[in-house]
Amino acid sequence: MLTWLSLLFLALFSSAAFMLGKRRAVARAGGGKRVLHSLPGYYGSYAALWAGVPAALLLLMAAMFGGQVEDAMLQAQRPAAVQALEIDRQDVFFSDARAIAQGAAPSEIAYEGELKAALDVKVAEARRISALIRYSVLGLAAVLALAGFLLAFPRLSTDFRARNKVEGWVGGLLMACSIAAVLTTLGIVLSLVWESWRFFQSVSPLSFLLGTEWSPQIAMRSDQVAAEGAFGAVPLFAGTFLIMLIAMAVAAPVGLYSAIYLSEYANRPVRATIKPLLEILAGVPTVVYGFFAALTVGPLFRAGFNSLGAQLVGGPLDGIGQYLMQVQNQMALVAGVVMGIMLIPFVSSLSDDIINAVPQSLRDGSYAMGATKSETVKKVVLPAALPGIMAAMLLAVSRAVGETMIVTMAAGLQAKLTANPLDTVTTVTVQIVTLLTGDQEFDSPKTLAAFGLGLTLFVVTLGLNIIALRIVQKYREQYD
Amino acid sequence: MTDAPAPVGPAVRTSQTAMQARLKKRHRAEMWFKAQGLMAITIAMIFLVVLVGRIVGQGYTTFQTHTLSVPVYLNPERIDAADLEGVNYDFIVAEAMMKKLGVVDDEFGLTSGKVMDLTSRDLGFQLLNQLKADKSLIGKTVTVTGPFKADADLYYKGQIKRSTPQDDRKLDDQQLDWLDQLKKDGSVKSGFNFAFFTNSDSTEPEQAGVLGAVVGSAMMLLITALIAVPVGVMAAVYLEEFAPKNRWTDIIEVNINNLAAVPSIVYGLLGLALFINWLNVPRSSPLVGGLVLALMALPTVIIATRSALKAVPPSIREAALGVGASKTQTVFHHVLPLAMPGVMTGAILSLAHALGETAPLLMIGMVSFVPGVPEGLTGAATVLPVQVFIWENASERAFHERTAGAIIVLLVFMIIMNAAAVILRRRFERRW
Repeated sequence: MLTWLSLLFLALFSSAAFMLGKRRAVARAGGGKRVLHSLPGYYGSYAALWAGVPAALLLLMAAMFGGQVEDAMLQAQRPAAVQALEIDRQDVFFSDARAIAQGAAPSEIAYEGELKAALDVKVAEARRISALIRYSVLGLAAVLALAGFLLAFPRLSTDFRARNKVEGWVGGLLMACSIAAVLTTLGIVLSLVWESWRFFQSVSPLSFLLGTEWSPQIAMRSDQVAAEGAFGAVPLFAGTFLIMLIAMAVAAPVGLYSAIYLSEYANRPVRATIKPLLEILAGVPTVVYGFFAALTVGPLFRAGFNSLGAQLVGGPLDGIGQYLMQVQNQMALVAGVVMGIMLIPFVSSLSDDIINAVPQSLRDGSYAMGATKSETVKKVVLPAALPGIMAAMLLAVSRAVGETMIVTMAAGLQAKLTANPLDTVTTVTVQIVTLLTGDQEFDSPKTLAAFGLGLTLFVVTLGLNIIALRIVQKYREQYD
Repeated sequence: MTDAPAPVGPAVRTSQTAMQARLKKRHRAEMWFKAQGLMAITIAMIFLVVLVGRIVGQGYTTFQTHTLSVPVYLNPERIDAADLEGVNYDFIVAEAMMKKLGVVDDEFGLTSGKVMDLTSRDLGFQLLNQLKADKSLIGKTVTVTGPFKADADLYYKGQIKRSTPQDDRKLDDQQLDWLDQLKKDGSVKSGFNFAFFTNSDSTEPEQAGVLGAVVGSAMMLLITALIAVPVGVMAAVYLEEFAPKNRWTDIIEVNINNLAAVPSIVYGLLGLALFINWLNVPRSSPLVGGLVLALMALPTVIIATRSALKAVPPSIREAALGVGASKTQTVFHHVLPLAMPGVMTGAILSLAHALGETAPLLMIGMVSFVPGVPEGLTGAATVLPVQVFIWENASERAFHERTAGAIIVLLVFMIIMNAAAVILRRRFERRW
């Protein structure tokens, strides 16, 4: 609240600086505006920027990091009574102290005796620190705003190159925005690596990557040291791979053939209707596909296999029949097929672009030799487009590996090492969701394992993307 | 050299018939290949029709509901005027229903229990609220109108059928008889389900609605738009118009292309580690959801803006520079305004994508039950796709209907956004 109010004041001050700066420039010019180096608005903007931006940055930083500084200062001195507590309880103690100081609801733990006294002391200290930080930030912001204005204002003269200076600020802002993209990547990498590193301190990376038993429930509490082998992720990788294979078995032929038909055979009106319809399929949120898989495709497949099984029971294939009778809704096949449906428009639109990029002269040459359309497509267009199509497939694979909602809703939770599409399997993304939803403490190996899985997922998908983009780039150069 | 045509010998004739046969075979292969393509398109279209058809088929009944009007005698023996909160209103409603149906309670209260299973607790709440407003109603008869319990509603909609064996359905034959009787009485009315749009999540399916989720989605999307669009556009302007072509800008470019393909769940992990654990943004709030989705939407906004800027012909830039505009003035006064339709189309499409995103929001704790409209940007909230996920997990059958209903609402919003993007593109796009 106070931050918003002070930002509002700052905005007012900044606009006042704009008016003053502009007026001063016009006054200096003495009526003939042409004497000025820049338009008067630039002089105003220059003053306003110096008055507003540094102070605003300070206020934003304080809003973001003030809480952490407060924590650090509050926890610098830990009373003896508090030090006797476990580390977890100490954190609760300090968060309670802060909560009481801010008038929020503390936890339900009752503090007695020495602890109560310590709590009262810390509450008072928290109030003091918070007030100190708040007012010193406000004071500093006011000083910065005033100093910025006083620095900028006297420089405004007719010769002053205000436009260039303001454009310098604008350029800086634009550059900062494009660095945000790099910072996002850096943030992803750092947070994943940092949390995974903490995970790999309790579980060795080798047993994580090569272990074949996944049962993170064993390590529910932090004092139960993760049993060796409980975090073996191989079944998850296998499950992810199996579902990805099924999905690609659906998406690759259907998507590729659709793309060939649309770009080589279909006339204009057909293309104009089919393409938007495929785009609708692409725009459907994945949670909708998940719902479709769990409540329509799952029961449908199960009923189909069960009745097929009932037919076979008693016959020569009795064993298979018995097995099919027991198939459940949550099989790898269901998640894979629905994911394949989701990927059809992705594969088809990427392949369509690539096939269209093959120069017409190649086709014309082939037709001139008497080849039919299908022969041209199979022997000329597709070989020419092959690298691009491979790249499209790799991108689709990366999509399938990272897809979360369909598998969370339609695949199971049991980590099994199996290649049977009718069995229930689990995937990396499903396990990340399972490990991180619900209320656990954040430091247990169980929750940190999610970051280990996330890092693996990130590395794999990034690798696939980089390879795919490389192929596309190389291929484009050939015809451009 | 001879002008006479070569005589057609038997050898040529055979080769011609062989050629004819080959040609036939090749044409057959051609037909087959074309048919395969057509089949692929047909399969894709069938998938689309089945997907949309199933969801609309499962969900459209959500928008219809049945209400019951029943006169309730507010028995002074049962209602203590001093303690209005402590009265079992559900039982009073059940008594009124039994009177209407002409049945008496047995000594174990089984009948009244079965009657109570038919109507929503909302009727009881209505009685409580009326009594709180006017205590003189005690001893009088008032008529209350409210929804049925979800199962009774499903029976009226024909989704619970009498032909199903009694043990396999939630309502027994006697309850179905009562429902038929009520319908015959004319005390049941069907109408549009306004409650679905004015209520938030609830544990009772008949009272659960999407208002909280719609408001949560709107708040979150607002934050995403406020961050991703300006930052993305400015980044694209820098990369396209100002940045020198060197190793650094190449790295940034490759980086952005790769970021666009990072799985969304990884953004959820980033949000959890960065915003929640490090910056202490409140869990499950629209603020943190909006921040995560903004990071996710950023690369797509940048890519779309760059292609829109690329489409503006260099002559515009040269003309502006020629009359003395600075580089910045050229870009902001001429190039960017001309690219704006493309920029806005790209921005709307990536926001529509963000609207349907679920996985990263599960990471930042948005799976909790939130019964109400979110209180501000830092309060606990739920959003439409997550609401779909939560309801899909619920065991009651009535929630499945509502899940499909919520999906329809979500799809309507997405269609509106996509249509807006298409219209923008059609109306304002310029071909140079």
